[in-house]
Amino acid sequence: MLSQDTTSRNLWIAMCAFVLLAFFLPNWLSFLTTVALAKGLVVLGLVLLMRTGLVSFGQGLYYCLGGYVVGILGTYLGVTDVAILLVITIVSSIVISFLLGLLLCRYREIFFAMLTMAFSMILYGILVKSEIFGSTDGFNIEPASLMGWHPAIESLGTWIYLFTVMLTFLFLQGMHRYFRSPLGFAGKAIRENEIRVEYLGVSPKKVILLKYVIAAVLAAVGGALTAMVAGHVDPEMAFWTTSGEFVFIALLGGITHVAAPIIGAIIFEIIRTFAFDLAPYSWQMILGGALLLIIFFLPNGLWSLLPTRKSGGSL
Amino acid sequence: MDTLLVILIDGLIYSSWLFIVAVGLTLIYGVMKILNLAHGSLYAIGAYTAASLVGWYFGTGHFPWSGFVLFIGAAILAGMLTGFIIERALLQFMYGRDEVVMILVTYGVLLILEDVTKLIWGVDAYFAYQPYSMLGRIKLSGISFAGYDLSLILVAILVGFALWYALNQTRRGKLLRAVIHDREVSLAMGINVSKVFVVTFVIGSALGALAGGLTAPALSVAPGIGIEVIILAFAVVVIGGLGSVGGAAVGALLVGIFRALAVHTYPQLELFVIYGVMAMVLSIRPQGLFVTATARKI
Amino acid sequence: MVILETKGLSKSFGAVTAASEINVVINEGEVVGVIGSNGAGKTTFINMVTGYLKPSEGTIYYRGKNITGLSPRKITRAGICRSFQIAQLFKELTTLENMVIAFRMLENKRLGGFAPLLTEKSVEQSLKELKEYGIDEYSDAVVATLPQGVRKLLDIAMALAGQPALLLLDEPTSGVAIDEKFDLMDTVMNAVNRTGAATLFVEHDMEIIEKYATRVIAFYDGSIIVDAPTSEAMVHPDVKEYIIGTELHRHTEESLDNV
Repeated sequence: MLSQDTTSRNLWIAMCAFVLLAFFLPNWLSFLTTVALAKGLVVLGLVLLMRTGLVSFGQGLYYCLGGYVVGILGTYLGVTDVAILLVITIVSSIVISFLLGLLLCRYREIFFAMLTMAFSMILYGILVKSEIFGSTDGFNIEPASLMGWHPAIESLGTWIYLFTVMLTFLFLQGMHRYFRSPLGFAGKAIRENEIRVEYLGVSPKKVILLKYVIAAVLAAVGGALTAMVAGHVDPEMAFWTTSGEFVFIALLGGITHVAAPIIGAIIFEIIRTFAFDLAPYSWQMILGGALLLIIFFLPNGLWSLLPTRKSGGSL
Repeated sequence: MDTLLVILIDGLIYSSWLFIVAVGLTLIYGVMKILNLAHGSLYAIGAYTAASLVGWYFGTGHFPWSGFVLFIGAAILAGMLTGFIIERALLQFMYGRDEVVMILVTYGVLLILEDVTKLIWGVDAYFAYQPYSMLGRIKLSGISFAGYDLSLILVAILVGFALWYALNQTRRGKLLRAVIHDREVSLAMGINVSKVFVVTFVIGSALGALAGGLTAPALSVAPGIGIEVIILAFAVVVIGGLGSVGGAAVGALLVGIFRALAVHTYPQLELFVIYGVMAMVLSIRPQGLFVTATARKI
Repeated sequence: MVILETKGLSKSFGAVTAASEINVVINEGEVVGVIGSNGAGKTTFINMVTGYLKPSEGTIYYRGKNITGLSPRKITRAGICRSFQIAQLFKELTTLENMVIAFRMLENKRLGGFAPLLTEKSVEQSLKELKEYGIDEYSDAVVATLPQGVRKLLDIAMALAGQPALLLLDEPTSGVAIDEKFDLMDTVMNAVNRTGAATLFVEHDMEIIEKYATRVIAFYDGSIIVDAPTSEAMVHPDVKEYIIGTELHRHTEESLDNV
């Protein structure tokens, strides 16, 4: 019946572990982890949609939006305070995703996938043709600050790492509760049988719109954090293959457990870093091959390799 | 007045190209219910095959006009072969799965083929300009257009007509349309759906490669052209209605003309216009312009 | 009190008339059986009343309020619930989860995103309900593994979770083994009597109709040919000619299959 909720406690433990690691990780590894966590957030939002039965091929839209908001505010408007940047990122992603979501919530399956892809490519097209933002090259970003305090360049990476860890686990705890809430179950219900949901008096469109907005916020925050740690943004963030990567990570981790996106992203980034060094012209082939293998043999992601209790009760 | 003609002709040229690119995609979806992301790779393979053959052939000093047959034929063959391999080695084991899962499968194939193309042809750009310049320039109402570009319009019409004829006037074509309409009933009627699938996928792939082969002389062939093209093809196919060849034609026309408008007025809005049209059409007719409604579920 | 009234309800799909001039009045607490061969218009009628189809003509009044053309969601909220010919359930979730979701969604509160859905209280409430239907032993089983009879009961239980004033059952015993049909209907009618809902059920099995319905509406070729108390309706010449003839034949075949 009711399962024990050990996940929340485990998340707290994991967060402490990550924070402690800040003192031990070499720079390149803490950079990689920060990027992985940020991407993990994007994937977390994508997983939310996938649990509702919708695969978005366009989360890159908000990922790029978050990055460019941070970039534009910092480099062109001189605003580098992370708190302000975060707030503006979240607000702008809510506004845009709400408007787009009103159209998108009416579609399912491949139409939803392709429309999300299309919107992401629209942003790409606009940015590529925008000379002021550097076109395809993008531009570099002013280092972040907090309430007027500008950390030294050497330690900036560590501070952003810690900030990212905090935010990521905050969102993880929130999404964990959300998955077990009525709205979380409503997503699964919509995925299973949308008609029945309507006949239970609930509007699938409204629920989907809400989830789309949440996923957008997660993606935008992920993009903002990526921009802060990388110090650079470019339109590639909105290209559909970036969104494709997020989908791959989601499939890698599976949609069952709330931490899977993060773990999947970390594994992905580690493999990607090494594969790029060893076989730069085969990276996509490896990715494609791995994708096919996962679809064939592990449709529930790597998570399904772990021994589980019988289904029912756990989410 | 002049600009209007330029926009119209430009639009028609682009529409023709779009049609040839997209029609294979819509055909495959119509019959197999697979939205083939790897179609972009086939386009690229066609383009590279054509470009490398042009590069070799026109350097040997043989009779230039046979070069056309060579590079177009080679592109088609390359497409057919690749399509056959993909279908037999992979897709045939995945039929019946969810449509979105199939997109992911074809996405995997796209990724693999992208690197395969890089491994075979390298990462440098190919310039296969000879056929392009051979057709010279033609003056229409005082404005000069490339003969090659204009001939694309002819090719598109030919391809469209050939498909229309094959689908509506031949027995095999009608079988294909039956499968498009209802796979289960077709199976029950004794149609060898497996065979139809292979043939369709090979033809669709050939059409994609043909489009790439035809484009090779007009642009530089470099890594990534397949990925760029696939989203355009989507927009066209979705506007026209997935599975409808006539729809692909109308979709291509719409997108081509609107895009030409954008390019000649506000170039930054090029992609925006294309997807804007798609979003607009979908909000009014979610199934696209030419697709029939589906049956009751409960 | 009149719960449901339809006036001149019609539905055409192009050249095909699925239903024409349907005039029906259902009163509070009534149990009405609906009979007719396949394609006669019964499910079309239910689909129109529950908002799945928009009528081509006519109006539907629920408790005096015009509900014609409203969405299934709004009609459910108003107090009309239905079950389905093929049980519409959340297949990858457990029986218990299906029940808890049904209860929660039908409540008039907005769905929250923070507090868990499965609490001691909500689980207890649903287990109790499942017990009333005799399916609590399946509470932890995933719906996809359930036998047909259990699925239909769950489907109906979920429909009743919202305490509707009008319950529409579309072939509640179809697909259920002959020896289980009466048990199923007994369970369902017990639950219905507890809530006091007016009930309309579509059935092909005449024995079920005769046992549970106080009134019978017979459909033929899109129209209602008979609307009378059960005893009258079942001996009506039109019903005998157009419906029972075929139904009896069907029933005989089923019995022979089970010999």
